[in-house]
Amino acid sequence: MTNSPMDLRVKADWVWRETLAIHRRAPETRLASSLSSIEIFVALYYGGVLRFNPSNPRDESRDRCIISKGHGSICMYPILADLGYFPMDELQHVCESGSFLGGIPDPVIPGYETVNGSLGHGLGVATGMALGLKRKASNQSVFVVAGDGELHEGANWEAIMFATQYKLDNLHLIVDNNSISMLGYTDDIVSHGDLGTRLSSFGWDCLEVQGHDVFAVQAALQQQKTKLDGKPKALIAKTLKGHGVPGLENAPLSHIINPKPELIDSLLEKTK
Amino acid sequence: MSIKPLAMRDAFLERIWREMAEDNKIFFTCADFGSPVLDKIRADFPDRFVNVGIAEQNLINVSAGLALEGYTVFAYAIAPFITMRCYEQIRVSLALLSEVRPMNVNLIGVGAGYSYVVSGPTHQCYEDITLMRALPNFQVLSPADHVTAAKFFDACVDTCGPKYLRFDAQVLPVIYENEAPNTSKGFHVHKRGDNTCLIATGYMLHTALKAAEALADEGLQVGVVDLFDLARFSADELYDTLKPYAGIVSLEEGFRGRGGLDSMLFEFIARRNLDAKMLNVGVEGAYHFELGTRTELHEKVGIGPQAVLNSVRAFATSLSK
Repeated sequence: MTNSPMDLRVKADWVWRETLAIHRRAPETRLASSLSSIEIFVALYYGGVLRFNPSNPRDESRDRCIISKGHGSICMYPILADLGYFPMDELQHVCESGSFLGGIPDPVIPGYETVNGSLGHGLGVATGMALGLKRKASNQSVFVVAGDGELHEGANWEAIMFATQYKLDNLHLIVDNNSISMLGYTDDIVSHGDLGTRLSSFGWDCLEVQGHDVFAVQAALQQQKTKLDGKPKALIAKTLKGHGVPGLENAPLSHIINPKPELIDSLLEKTK
Repeated sequence: MSIKPLAMRDAFLERIWREMAEDNKIFFTCADFGSPVLDKIRADFPDRFVNVGIAEQNLINVSAGLALEGYTVFAYAIAPFITMRCYEQIRVSLALLSEVRPMNVNLIGVGAGYSYVVSGPTHQCYEDITLMRALPNFQVLSPADHVTAAKFFDACVDTCGPKYLRFDAQVLPVIYENEAPNTSKGFHVHKRGDNTCLIATGYMLHTALKAAEALADEGLQVGVVDLFDLARFSADELYDTLKPYAGIVSLEEGFRGRGGLDSMLFEFIARRNLDAKMLNVGVEGAYHFELGTRTELHEKVGIGPQAVLNSVRAFATSLSK
C-alpha cells in the first residue's frame, strides 16, 4: 500500500485520468460527481485510513466503506482494480454486456458493500453496521461517502440523530460537498446552510477540509478515526463537481453534461 | 384443554425473548411500538434491543446494517408503517441487497386489515399483501391465530432472508387447538368440500370457517384452506388440493382486485391450467372512514360473515361440477 505524500498525489492524478478514460469509453457513467470524490477515496484507500483485504473483500477485520453516492464513484473502479479487487482489464469494459462494472456501481462489484444506486440509504445501513460492530465488541470503523445533494433525503437525518443517540464514534460520514445536485446548486434548491454547524448541532464531531487536498483529507480522517469520544464523525470535504475539466468544473448542470470526447482526449494527452 | 388465545405479537415475541437468552445473534429493533412481552426484551437484553423512534425508514436501514454484521434481526412496527412508509428502504436494503448478501431480517407488522378497528385507514392495512409479494426474495407470512404466528418463529430463525409477518392487532380465537400447522408447504387444509374451496388468509380464515360451517348445516359442503405463506407455498401441493374443485373463493382482508391474494390465485389457476371459476372476497378499492365493530365494517365493504355466506352460497350453487 502506498502512503507517502508524493504517492498520494500521484495516485489521485492517475485515478483522475483513469476516470476520464472510463467515461470516454462509457459516456453513460456520471463523470462530474465521480471527479469530485477522487481525493476522498484515494485518502481512504491509499492513505492508511481504511483496513481492507482485496483477496477477501468481506474479511471480518476490514473497515466497512459504504459508498452511498454510488453513481458518483466511478473513480473507485480504477482504485479497486489497482488494489487487486479485480483485473485491470475490466476497466476496458465498463457498461458493456457481461461486465459487472455498470453505469452505477452495484454490490456485485468486489469492494462494494451495499446497494447505492438509490440515494440516501448508505448512511442508515452504515449506522446499523456501526451499531452491530459495537455490540460485537469489534474495533472496525464504518466510513460512508455521501454527496451533499443526497443529504436532502430525510432518512439521512433519521440516521444522523440515531448515531448520536447510540454514541457511534466508529461511524464516519464523509460528505463530498460539491454543492451541486442534478439541476443546480444545492444552495438554490434546498440549502443545507452551514452544514458543519448543522451536523455539530446534531451532536456530531465535525471537521471541514478542502476536499481536493488529498493530504488534508487523509490527515482529517486519521485524526477522527482515533478519536473514540462517543461522537459520530463527519468530514465535510469542500469539492468541485467536474474537478479539473474545463466547462464541467462547478457548472450547475455538470451532472448531466458530458464533455466532448475530443476534450477528454486532449486533457488525457496534456496530463500524460 | 383449550389454549388461551393470545395476541399474535405476544406469542411471537415470547419466542424471540426465550431464544435471545440462548442465541446472542438475535437483535430486536422497533419503531417506538410496544407490547407487554417487548418490555421483557427491553429489560433483559438492552444490548440487543433498539428503539429507533418514529422513524421506519431508519428502522429498515439500521436492521439491514445489523443483518450485514451477522445478526438475525426482528424489526417491529405497525403494519402499514413498516411496509409503506419505508418501502424503498425495504426494496433497496433488503429485497435487492439480499440478492447478493446473506441477511436475515424479519419485519413484524402488527395491524393487518381492519384490526385497528377504530383508528381509521391510516392504521388499517389493505395493501401490504400486494406490496410485499411484489418483492423477490421476500417471504410473506400471514397467520390466522397466535399458534401459527409463534410457529413461524422457527422458520424466521432457520431460513436466512427477508420476511414480512403480517399480524393481527386483536386477540383472535385459536384455530389450531391441538397442534400447530405444518408450515413447510405454506398452507393447511381444514376441510374438503364438494365443488367449492375457500382459500383464506389471516383473519378471513375465521370468516371462511364460519361460512363453511353454516353452509354445511344447509347441506352444502365447501372446502377451506388456510394459505399462510403467500410467497413460498408448495405450488404442486396446492395444485393437488385445488384440482377437484370447480370453484375457488379467495378471502382476504385487503383490497380486492389490486394484486393481493385474489390476483395471486388468478395467476396460479391460469399458470397451472386449473379448470375453476373464481369468486374474490376483498375490500372494494376505496378507503372508508366509518366507525363500527370489525364485523360491521366488514359487512359494509362486502367481507363480513353474512356477505361472505351469501356470496359463497350463490357462487357454489351456480357451479355445475
